[in-house]
Amino acid sequence: MSGEASDWPRPRGGGKGEGGGAGTGAADKVPQSSDGDPDPARLHEDFNAVWGNPRGWRSVTIVNHTAIGLRFMLTGLGFFLFGGLLAMLIRTQLALPGHTIMTPEVYAQVFTMHGTVMMFLFAVPMMEGLAVYLLPKMLGARDLVFPRLSALGYWCYLFGGLILCASLFLGIAPDAGWFMYTPLASATYTPGPNSDFWLIGITFVEISAVSAGVELAVSILRARAPGMSLDKMPLYAWYILTMAMMIIIGFPPLILGSILLELERAAGMPFFDPTRGGDPILWQHLFWLFGHPEVYIIFLPAAGIVSTLLPVFARRPIVGYAWVVVAVLTTGFISFGLWVHHMFTVGIPMLAQAFFSAASMLVAIPTAIQVFSWIATLWLGRPVFHLPMLWLTGFLVIFVAGGLTGVMLALVPFDWQVHDTHFVVAHMHYVLVGGMFFPLIAGLYYWLPHFSGRMASPALGRWGFWLVFGGFNLNFLVMHWTGLLGMPRRVNTYEAGLGWDLPNLVSSIGGFIMAAGVVTVLADILLHFRFGRPAPDNPWQADTLEWATALPPSPYNFISLPRVEGRHPLWDQPGIGRELAAGRGGLAVIDHGRRETWGTDPASGEVREIIHLPGNTALPFLAALSLAALCIALLAKAYGVALAAAVVVAGLLLRWSWENGAHPAAAPDARTAPGDPPLHSRTADGPGLWGMALTLLADGALYLALLFGWFYLWTVGPTWQVPEGGGMAGSAGRLLLAAAVVHTLAQFGMRRMARGGALRHGAAAFAAVAAGGALALGLVYAALQAAALVVTATAHDAVIAVVLGYSLAHLGMATAVTLLQALRVRRGYVGLEAPYEPLVVARLWHYNGGVLWSSYAALVLFPPAWGGAWGGV
Amino acid sequence: MAVVAASGCAPAGGQGPGRRAAALGHSPAGGGLAGLLAGVLACVLAGCAGPVSTLQPAGPAAREAAQLWWGMLTVGVIVLIGVVALWLHALRRPSAMVGPAEAKRITLLWLVGGGLLLPGFTLIALLAFGIPAGHRMLPLPLAGGEAPLRIEVIGHQWWWEVHYPDSGVVLADELHLPAGQPVDVVVRSADVIHSFWIPRLAGKIDMVPGRSNLIRLQADEAGEYRGQCAEYCGVSHAFMVLRVVAHEPAAYAAWQQERGG
Repeated sequence: MSGEASDWPRPRGGGKGEGGGAGTGAADKVPQSSDGDPDPARLHEDFNAVWGNPRGWRSVTIVNHTAIGLRFMLTGLGFFLFGGLLAMLIRTQLALPGHTIMTPEVYAQVFTMHGTVMMFLFAVPMMEGLAVYLLPKMLGARDLVFPRLSALGYWCYLFGGLILCASLFLGIAPDAGWFMYTPLASATYTPGPNSDFWLIGITFVEISAVSAGVELAVSILRARAPGMSLDKMPLYAWYILTMAMMIIIGFPPLILGSILLELERAAGMPFFDPTRGGDPILWQHLFWLFGHPEVYIIFLPAAGIVSTLLPVFARRPIVGYAWVVVAVLTTGFISFGLWVHHMFTVGIPMLAQAFFSAASMLVAIPTAIQVFSWIATLWLGRPVFHLPMLWLTGFLVIFVAGGLTGVMLALVPFDWQVHDTHFVVAHMHYVLVGGMFFPLIAGLYYWLPHFSGRMASPALGRWGFWLVFGGFNLNFLVMHWTGLLGMPRRVNTYEAGLGWDLPNLVSSIGGFIMAAGVVTVLADILLHFRFGRPAPDNPWQADTLEWATALPPSPYNFISLPRVEGRHPLWDQPGIGRELAAGRGGLAVIDHGRRETWGTDPASGEVREIIHLPGNTALPFLAALSLAALCIALLAKAYGVALAAAVVVAGLLLRWSWENGAHPAAAPDARTAPGDPPLHSRTADGPGLWGMALTLLADGALYLALLFGWFYLWTVGPTWQVPEGGGMAGSAGRLLLAAAVVHTLAQFGMRRMARGGALRHGAAAFAAVAAGGALALGLVYAALQAAALVVTATAHDAVIAVVLGYSLAHLGMATAVTLLQALRVRRGYVGLEAPYEPLVVARLWHYNGGVLWSSYAALVLFPPAWGGAWGGV
Repeated sequence: MAVVAASGCAPAGGQGPGRRAAALGHSPAGGGLAGLLAGVLACVLAGCAGPVSTLQPAGPAAREAAQLWWGMLTVGVIVLIGVVALWLHALRRPSAMVGPAEAKRITLLWLVGGGLLLPGFTLIALLAFGIPAGHRMLPLPLAGGEAPLRIEVIGHQWWWEVHYPDSGVVLADELHLPAGQPVDVVVRSADVIHSFWIPRLAGKIDMVPGRSNLIRLQADEAGEYRGQCAEYCGVSHAFMVLRVVAHEPAAYAAWQQERGG
């Protein structure tokens, strides 16, 4: 593929570039011939005309992954400093017994926000930001496959984070602990808006996490360099793929839990209220179903950094690549099976505890495999010691220690003692700071030349390391002891004489030393932008493709795209960067004005089509802004405003979906160079199919969590009540059945359309399918009416309302986008030449069909079966 | 250091470690290593003691947990030192030219030995100790067949309501129990989730609205202990403290008589 790049005939033009629009004419005159290379400076100019980032207020329209990734990281740094400041407040309060610098009310807000900010606004977004920045470069691509989604994710993160943090300055921040246990977080015991900020703000931020998860997973699977089969992928991509899949499956239960708790608080629907048939333990299940994978969502990308840096400094390939890949996948898998170890003291049956105890310990095995693979890599390599290696060594010490205390905590009888004490606080900081922060700093130092084009000074960096390492251990090693001495977590103060005085003082001193270290590291990084010496090409002699770009890179990453033959492209072809910059790789054409990258096979990495990417647009920014308005309106309980904002959001998103495929703002001209594959929107095989599939996977995880709640309350809820009459037993059940049947018929219609055969029937056929969807929607609504639910009376009715409401929302969405398809057929954006979009829409239809039938089984068929077999409840 | 502490601290119950630590602390520090060691040891031993220290157990359940801790700490420290030493050695050792066959052998050795066998055996050993220990802490029927004394505790924001169903005695923030015999405590909550915890006697159990949970306690000797709420339950969480008094059985009976009569 790459060999053909330099002798393509020019010009075509006609495409309208969005990145800047200008430059298409000039591109026609790029001096190129079959025996001479084009002038690299000219190439850069032409590419920059299409890919370049605008400045000033227009920079909110940027969708490029390099810019978005840097924004994620800078914003994450800001939230980290904020969360760190809160940590300093906590350590000041606890330094001496009886200290009351903060009132208990303020202290509760501070410790809740410290945990929330560090977990949700620092750790996850920071890791996602680094991945967004690095992955396309490592995979030899020009951008992620859904650039507008990256931008939406960023703005949601920024606005959600700001809303959440603003609550602290207003004195109404969340104050029930970062895992929001209800009933403490419920309207009865937290009547103010405090918990609402958490539930709504975090859900908003989660949009960003899930969209980044979908984006990263699809990009890794579908947009790699030609020849980069799965077994040749850099390990970092494996780690991020696993992380992304875990986000996709792991965050939705928390999103669902947050929605349910917010519905309970705002609308009185008693999902977690034991006096009305709910159960507070259900919240804990939903929270930790997310919460445990979350730990690995944070750790795995950091371990990915270790597995990327370590072989470079050991100057040999990683030992046991396949072992590491299997270990990473296994970690992701096991991490969904051990959430109950956060709940050993709530009174779970002993057999379940033994199971979850063993499962929790099992995760030590894949972790040990990685650790020993790293040690073996150093052992068999010829290590050189640079500053990042110092941070990696610190990581090893702290993380292994944290892992060991983790195994201890998995042992139920020991956990009964130290659960909810400072021992757990210390363990968690060992795992998270050791497992995430240390590799992150190693990675930042390693990739600094990428961000700045300069190298950092070793001296100041060493000081920073030793201060952080020493301060951290002084603080948290001692804190294990404080916990063993019986100090519970989250106490705002303590009496003198309980044996906690000295260890707390030592911990506080350690905390401040660590803070000084963080400041030193930041100063080092800031100073290097001014004083660092310019970085040479590939300064660490690395093997991965991100070092084949310019330093710092241009938005398009590569003028022409590489072909990859092995796992270590830069060790195999050290000169590949210059080759690519000279246009000797693939897709070195830009006169069409499209942003393009290869669409490759998920397994073999061979080229399947050209993915054309949208250019800069304000839509993501505006959509996130409207979502922020929606959040604030919900917080203010201004439901009219919220509804208006929701309509605006829907409008913007539909407009977004409109500018696709053959639309004039996307790729109206489908011509490609001879020998090149077609554009993805002209095939039946674009990344959107994967995007839709993974989005529906996230959606399905949310729906399954909802069904889990239903079955959980039926089977083990201690105070479950089934109201007399009403419910789904009578006509409501029959109406739901009718909805499922009608939907299935419409679904068949959609399937025919998606297969292309029916496309010649045109717009009318799509409209007919949409009508079927609308009819099903009406029937579900009728079922909801017929069920005569009293949603504030029992958890039973409240759950049914949510299950049916979920179907209503999905049927509405499917109907709307199908109607849009009809319009697009009439405009000529969809048709036999561009058959791609109906395939994407069809996935939603199939999903909705599954939801309707499962809902019927769960709501209508299950209750009598359960009652019949076990004699009723 | 930890191992030394284990031998000094783990088997001791009651007032032992504190007193011994104090004695060591006064030993003449004649300078040099011996004095330093003695000082460190004193600090560690003194560090085990405390009115709510899980490392100064006063009941069978807390003692088992403390023993598990010392065992796990010993193994954990050995593993940590071993792994870190390997890492540092691998970083510093002069690089030897290794043939591909030799490299493959070393790789397998590390991955199978360190990655599979080391954690595998450790976990099996841990579960072999841990599961029976956990089982012994459960409120199972007693060997003699008689039912243990039953006390009910209801958590409130922010106090403890203690009921004695046999005698009808009701107390606030105070729990009296006979020493030397098992007691079953049924815990509930009147509002939010609390957690019932008397660190020197046993582990903790959550008090969840809508549910009852059961925990078995035993104080070996008469004396005063301290319980505290372990699950964050609102602004006065830190002050939700329970005074626990263990009486000699005869004294307990007399106390019940007096209060219940």
